[in-house]
Amino acid sequence: MTRTADLATAALLLLIGLIAVVDSLRLGAGWGSDGPKSGFFPFWLGTLLLVVTVVIAVQAWRRGPGKPFVTREQLRPVMQVLWPAVAMVALTAVIGLYVASALYLAFYMRWVGRHRWLTVVLISIGIPVVTFLVFEQWFLVPMPKGPLETWLGY
Amino acid sequence: MGLENLLLGFSIAVTPFNLFVAVVGITLGTIIGVLPGLGGANGVAILLPLTFTMPPTSAIILLTSLYWGALFGGAITSILFNIPGEPWSVATTFDGYPLARQGQGGQALTAAFTSSFVGALFSIVLITLFAPLLAEIALRFGPPEFFAIQLLTFSSFVGLGGGNPLKSLVSILLGFILAAVGLDIVTGQLRMTFGITDLMKGFDFIIAVIGLFGIGEILLSVEEGLTFRGAATGMNLKVVLQTWKILPRYARTFVRGAFIGFWMGFKPGGATPASFMSYAFAKRFSKHPERFGKGELEGVVAPETAAHAAGVAAILPMITLGIPGSPTAAVMLGGLIIWGLQPGPLLFTEKPDFVWGLIASMYTGNIIGVLMVLAGVPFFAAILRVPFAILTPLIVVVCAVGAYAVHSSMIDVWYMMIFGVVGYVFKKLDYPLAPLVLALVLGDLAENALRQSLIMSQGSLTVFFTRPIACVITVAALFFLFMPILTPWWRRLRGLPPTPSAPAEA
Repeated sequence: MTRTADLATAALLLLIGLIAVVDSLRLGAGWGSDGPKSGFFPFWLGTLLLVVTVVIAVQAWRRGPGKPFVTREQLRPVMQVLWPAVAMVALTAVIGLYVASALYLAFYMRWVGRHRWLTVVLISIGIPVVTFLVFEQWFLVPMPKGPLETWLGY
Repeated sequence: MGLENLLLGFSIAVTPFNLFVAVVGITLGTIIGVLPGLGGANGVAILLPLTFTMPPTSAIILLTSLYWGALFGGAITSILFNIPGEPWSVATTFDGYPLARQGQGGQALTAAFTSSFVGALFSIVLITLFAPLLAEIALRFGPPEFFAIQLLTFSSFVGLGGGNPLKSLVSILLGFILAAVGLDIVTGQLRMTFGITDLMKGFDFIIAVIGLFGIGEILLSVEEGLTFRGAATGMNLKVVLQTWKILPRYARTFVRGAFIGFWMGFKPGGATPASFMSYAFAKRFSKHPERFGKGELEGVVAPETAAHAAGVAAILPMITLGIPGSPTAAVMLGGLIIWGLQPGPLLFTEKPDFVWGLIASMYTGNIIGVLMVLAGVPFFAAILRVPFAILTPLIVVVCAVGAYAVHSSMIDVWYMMIFGVVGYVFKKLDYPLAPLVLALVLGDLAENALRQSLIMSQGSLTVFFTRPIACVITVAALFFLFMPILTPWWRRLRGLPPTPSAPAEA
C-alpha cells in the first residue's frame, strides 16, 4: 500500500535525520572560536528533517492505506531490469565492464525480449566495442578491464 | 561595448570545430530527449567525462547543444507518442497528440519546433542584454546576499514546485545532508563518515543525477510497460512552409509565452509551471477555448514557447551568479568547476571568451537545432521503434559507463544503482528529485555562505535583513517558502475555491 511505502520511507528519513543530528552533536553544533562549528549546519538540517518527516508521516497515516504502491505485475519487469543490472555491476569488478555489459545486454535481450540469437550476439558485442572505441580510444577515459582485455593486450 | 563582446563570442562559436561540436551535441541531445529514461540532465552528466580533455568553450558548447537537443526531442515524443519526455512537455501532449492522431503531426511538430526556437531566442536576447548587468551587480554581493539567493532558489521549489511542499522540503534537506557527508573543508573534520574510507569523498551529484534520473526513470518506464504506439510523422517541406504561414497568427501567444517562460525560468523549477501557465493563458484569451485539448495548434505553441524560454533562462543565474536554475544547469556548473573555471560573476571579467562564446553558441546552437530537428524527425522518431528489450539494457549500460567515468571509481556505480532505486521510490511517492540534486550541488556553497555571513554578524541572523539587497531577496524567499500556507488562507479570505495543485517538478 502507498501508506506503508510512505511510512517506510519516512522511517528511513528519520534514521538519516537522526544520524545527522547525533554526528553533528559529536562534532559540536554551536559557536566555536572561529565561527560556527562543523556540526552547526548539519545539526539544523537534521533537526528540520526530523520535524518535517514526522508531519509527513502523520499526513500519510491519516490519509488511509491508498492504492497499492506497486502490484506484483508491475514489480516483475522492474526486478527483471534491476537484478541483472546488479549482477553486471558485481561482475564488472571481476571481468571488466565491457564483458559484463555484453553479458547483461545478451541476457536481457534473450530472456525478456526473446530476440533471435543472431541479433543478441551482434548487439551485445557491438555496443561494448563501440563504447570501447569512444571512451578508451577516442576520449582516453579508461573503463575497468578484465582478463579478456589483458589477453588482447590492453 | 556589449556588441563587440558578442562579436568576440561569435568569432569563437562559429569556428568549424565548435560548429561540428554543436551538431554532434544536438544530434545526441535529440536522441537522448526521445529515449525514455534519458533526459537533459543525465545526458549531460553521462557525456561530462568525455569533455575533460576538450577546451572549456567547446566543452560547454557540446553540453549546452545537448541540452537544446533534449528540449527539442521532448516535443517529438509528446506529439507523436503522447509520452512527455520531460515534465515541461506534459502540456504539449494536450493538443499535440490529438493533432498527430488527426494526421496533422507534421503541422504540430513544425509549430512546436518553431515555438521552441522563438522562445529560446527571446530568452537568449534577454540573457545577452542582462547577463553582464546582473554579473556586475553580483560582483558587489557578499556572503549574505549569496546565501539569500540560495534560500530563494530552494524556497521557490517549495512554493512553486507543486505537489506536497513538505516533500519538496524533505528532498532539499536530504540533498544538503548528503552534501555534508565527508570532509568539512573549513575545519578539516570528517562528518558522518563513521570511519568508512569510501564515504570520505562524499556523494557526487553527477552520480546522483545519473542514478535518480537515469536508472530511476527506466525502472518507472518498464513498470508502466513500454509500449510505443506512435502516430505517423507526416513531415515534409510543404507542411513546414504551410505551417510557417499560419504561425504569425499566434504572435500574441508567442510573446506571452516567451515572457512567462523567461520570468518563471530564471527562478528554479520554473519550466514546468511556465508551460502550464502559458497554456492556461492561451486558452483563456482564445476565441475558441472549447477547441483546446482536441487538437488546437495554439495549444502546442503556448507551452513550447514558454518551456524553451524557461529552459534557456535557467542558464542566466548559472553563468552570472554560479547558482544553477535546473538540474541540467547544475551538471553544467559541475563541468565548469572540473574544467578549472570559477562559476559566478567573475567569469565575465576573467574569462570573457568563455562566457561570450557560450552566449553566441546559444544563438548558433538553436538555429542549427531547429533546422536539424525539422529535417530529422523521421530519423529521431524511428529510435522509438527499436525494441524496448534492446533499449532498456542499453540505457542501463550507458548510465553505468557514465557513472564510472566521472571518477574512475567502482563505488560510484554502486551509488548510482542505490540512487536509481531511491529515484524510483521517491518518484512514486511524489518526492521531487530536482531540489534534491540542486541541494547536493549547492550544499558546500550554501554552507560556506551561511558560515561567512554569521561570522560577519557574530552569529546573528539579522545580517540577512540589515543589508538592503540581502533583505529584499530574503523577504522574497520567505514569501515563497510560506506561500503553500498563505495561498489557501488568502483564497478562503476572498471566498475562492482551493486551487488544484500543479504536477510536481521532476
